[in-house]
Amino acid sequence: MKVAITALEKSKTSKMDPRFGRCAYFAIYDSVTKQFSFHENEAKDAQGGAGPKAAEQIVNLGVNKLLSSDFGPKAKSALDSMGIEMLVYSDEEKTVEQILLENC
Amino acid sequence: MLKYKIAIASGKGGTGKTTVSVNLFYTLQKTLNQKIQLVDCDVEEPNINLFTKGRLQSSQDVNIKIPVIDKDKCVYCGDCAAACAYNAILFVKSISHIAVLEDLCHGCGACSYVCNQPNVIIEKDKKLGVVNTFFLPNGGELIEGKIEIGTALAVPVIGKTLKATDENSLRIIDAPPGTSCPVMETIKEADFVVLVTEPTPFGLNDLKLMIGTVRKLGRKFGVVINRAGLGDDAIYEYLQNENIELLMEIPFDKNLARIYSEGKIIVEEIPEMFEKYTLLFEKIKIDLNETDSDC
Repeated sequence: MKVAITALEKSKTSKMDPRFGRCAYFAIYDSVTKQFSFHENEAKDAQGGAGPKAAEQIVNLGVNKLLSSDFGPKAKSALDSMGIEMLVYSDEEKTVEQILLENC
Repeated sequence: MLKYKIAIASGKGGTGKTTVSVNLFYTLQKTLNQKIQLVDCDVEEPNINLFTKGRLQSSQDVNIKIPVIDKDKCVYCGDCAAACAYNAILFVKSISHIAVLEDLCHGCGACSYVCNQPNVIIEKDKKLGVVNTFFLPNGGELIEGKIEIGTALAVPVIGKTLKATDENSLRIIDAPPGTSCPVMETIKEADFVVLVTEPTPFGLNDLKLMIGTVRKLGRKFGVVINRAGLGDDAIYEYLQNENIELLMEIPFDKNLARIYSEGKIIVEEIPEMFEKYTLLFEKIKIDLNETDSDC
């Protein structure tokens, strides 16, 4: 299973980015291969529709479960329609590595 | 016969655009013997008719065409999603998922244009708003654009509202607040833009943004200061330094606020204000007759 979280930086020690559609990066943990990977959010500077565009990227990355503090209404319905499990999660202290390992 | 298009705008909201529009209209309706139209382009909250109390004469819908995708015939090539500048088509090839996000669609038609499969994309009307025409008790006409609740696309409604006006009339056009696309749509073809502001830091900040906008659009303009006496002198210094014409000042006066709050027309209640607005129009006329467009 692949779990993703919105991240401020491109590293395991990054804190989470509270936003989904316009977050800086996606941090992904693959529970089968035990590997972390980091991906720049291609939609972060979109003029409009960043949420659904980011949702497309999440699906293309093969993510099953997604953690973020805030999903916009358009992002939420897009993710719902494509069967992605969303978890509203908030923690400013832990690293994305810690959060992903606790939630995979 | 004067055929000017005079737009009333301001960066900041609540500075008195509608007050100036309505009172200028009533002044001209009394002094000029010709057709004058008042145009409400503040389509998100058109409120001119609270003051003019006109009778609704006609109403026409403003629609855009939005795509409907036949998922049985779609070959999931993704061309339509790639062509969409507004991210209004959700598309993931690997799971054969495609959906139109109607709220994001601007009705440009690019998706239909690029689709190379027959009858996959058909277009349906989506109502964005209405254009209303009111006949006013003083003999004038009000053309009002009004957006549907829950819709974010003001520009097409404003465009259609302006199109519904009479080219052979003098038009007083009340713009929406701000400096974004709806404002630019409203003022881009105006012969003259009256910028209404107030002598406060907020008023000055937003006036500067607005002046940048009108200059870029190459419009003639001048400034009206409302609530003069409030705030500070920074705005006067700015106008002087930039060599921008101060067309009129409206005093910060409780009596004016009272007349406004009762839905009455200030120029009909206070003769000095009628004179001020007459003078305002004289100044605009002089500016419009100047050949030098660098103002």
